[in-house]
Amino acid sequence: MSRELLDLTAAGAAAAIAAGELEAGELYELYRGRAAADELNAFSWVASEPAPGGFDADSPLAGVPLAVKDLFCTEGVPTQSGSKILEGYRPPYTATVVEQLLQAGATLLGKTNQDEFAMGSSNENSAFGPVLNPWDSSRVPGGSSGGSAAAVAAGLAPWALGTDTGGSIRQPAAFCGIVGLKPTYGVCSRYGMIAFASSLDQAGPLTRDVTDAALLFRHMVGQDRWDSTSLQFPEEIVLPGRERLDGVRLGVPEELLGAGGGIEPGVRASFDAALALAEGLGATVLPCQLPHAPHALSAYYIIAPAEASANLARFDGVRFGLRVAGDSDLTTMYSRTRAEGFGPEVKRRIMLGTYALSSGYYDAYYGTAQRVRTKVADDFRAAFGSVDFIVTPTAPGTAFKLGEKSADPLAMYLNDFCTVPMSLAGIPAISIPSGLSDGLPVGLQLAGPAFSENRLLDAAYALERAIGFDGRAAMMGEARA
Amino acid sequence: MRMLERETVDHVARLARLELDDAETEKMAVELSKILDHIEAIRELDLEGVEPTSHVIDIVNALRADVPHLSLPRELALASAPDPTDDGFGVPSPGASAE
Repeated sequence: MSRELLDLTAAGAAAAIAAGELEAGELYELYRGRAAADELNAFSWVASEPAPGGFDADSPLAGVPLAVKDLFCTEGVPTQSGSKILEGYRPPYTATVVEQLLQAGATLLGKTNQDEFAMGSSNENSAFGPVLNPWDSSRVPGGSSGGSAAAVAAGLAPWALGTDTGGSIRQPAAFCGIVGLKPTYGVCSRYGMIAFASSLDQAGPLTRDVTDAALLFRHMVGQDRWDSTSLQFPEEIVLPGRERLDGVRLGVPEELLGAGGGIEPGVRASFDAALALAEGLGATVLPCQLPHAPHALSAYYIIAPAEASANLARFDGVRFGLRVAGDSDLTTMYSRTRAEGFGPEVKRRIMLGTYALSSGYYDAYYGTAQRVRTKVADDFRAAFGSVDFIVTPTAPGTAFKLGEKSADPLAMYLNDFCTVPMSLAGIPAISIPSGLSDGLPVGLQLAGPAFSENRLLDAAYALERAIGFDGRAAMMGEARA
Repeated sequence: MRMLERETVDHVARLARLELDDAETEKMAVELSKILDHIEAIRELDLEGVEPTSHVIDIVNALRADVPHLSLPRELALASAPDPTDDGFGVPSPGASAE
C-alpha cells in the first residue's frame, strides 16, 4: 500500500483525499516516516507531529505535506538558511508564500537543507553538511535548493518549496530528475525569505511533474503588502493539459550551446532528442540569438554578491543567532561573529560584493554589470519577437561528484551558465527531466516572456508526456544500490 | 592575471566586518583575483549610452497608506537576541576602536 501511495503525485494525492479515497493523516505519516529516516541529509528539520489544526480535506491542497527550504521563515520552527550564524534561530513569523500554502491546506512536513544563504550549486556549502543525490549518493544534488530537490526525487516529500537566484531551483531539479519552476520576478512574495540577492531571488516549486508545479505555484502567487516589489499575477494559474505543440516556435540560442557553455556530449544528446520529440508534437525548432547571454554569468557574479554583501550585513551578532564576543569591543565582536558564523563561500561572496561596491570600483563593476543586465534583458525581448520559448539544457553537465568542484569557485559558477541569463532578465523558466545520461538525469530548460507561466507550463506538460521520464528508481533507492 | 594586493584584501575585509586570518587572506587574494580576472571581460563591452537595470519590474514607488498598524511585540523581537536587556539589544562597548 505504501508503494502505491508513494506513486501518487501531490495533485493525485490531493484528489484522492478530496474524493474520500485516502486519509490525509495516512499520507502525512508515510512521508513523515520517510523524511525522519532520510539518509540523504535532505532535511534540516522534520515535524514531529501534524499541524495543530489537523488536516482539511476540503481545502485545495487537502492536507498534502510540503517540504520547505530552510531559508523560508517559519514561526517557531528552526530556520537557519543553512548557516551556522543563525544556529538556534526560530523566527517570530512565517514567510508569506508558506503562509499562503498552509492556508490552502498544505501541511508543513519539514525544512530542507541548502547551500548557506543559497550560495552554491552543489549543496556542499551547508552548516548541516552536504546533501547526497538520490540517483548516486557519491554525487551532489545540485544547489542551492539541493535538499528540496533530493527530498522530492527520493520520495521523502511529495513536493517542496525552493528559491532561485541564478538557477537554484532549476539546476538541482535537473540533477535530481524532477521539475523546477522559477517564476517571473515579483509574482511570489519574498517576505520572510532570508535574502541573498533581492533583485533576483524568487520562490518556486520543486515537484515530481509539471501538473504538481502548476498546482503549487497557483497558491504561491499574489501581491503582498509586506513586499513592495511583489505584483499581482495577471491571470489565474490553470493546470496544464496541452498535448500537442502545433504552431509553437522553440528558439535554440547558439551562444549558450556553443563552446563557452561547455555542454557535455551526453547532455547535448538528451537535449537534441527532446527537441526531436517537440518537433514530433508539431513544434518548430529554430536558432535564435542572445548575443549578451554569455556575459550574463559575469554580470551575475557582480550583482548577486554586491546585493548579498549588503543583505548579509544584518548578521552581526546583535539581534539573533550567533555572537562571538569575549571581552572585545563592538567592532571586533561584529568581525569575529561573522568570521565564525559564515562559511568560506559566503565569505568569498561578501568580499567580492564589498569590493565591487567599494569606492573607486562601483561604476567599473556594479555599474557595468547593470548595463550588461539591460542588454541581456533586451536580447530576450528581441528573441521573443520571433520565438515563443527559448530552450537550453538546464546545466552543462549532470550531477558531479562530491568534492569535485569545491576547490575551484569558478568551475562551480560555470554551472549557472544557462540559467543565469533568465534570472537577470526576470523571466520565468522551468526545468523538466529530458532523460538520463550515464544513469544520471538531464534537465531541459524552457524559458518564456514575463508572466507566460501558463503557456510555459502547458508546453512543458506536452513535452513531459512525450519524453515519458520515469524517476521512480531514485524514489526507492534502487538507483543508489 | 592581476593579483589583488594584500592591503586591498585587508581593506575590503575591514569594510565587510569580517576577520580573516593570514591563511584566509592569502587564499582570498588568489581566489578573488581569479574570479575578477574572469568577470572583468565585461568591461570590454561597448555599453555606451546603455541604461543600467537595477530592477526588472516596471513599478515606481509602491506606496501604502500611512496608517499605523501593529508591529512585532517587544518581547518577541528580543526573544532571539544573544544579549537581550529590558529595553533593547545588549552589545559590547564601542570601545577605543570606534570609528
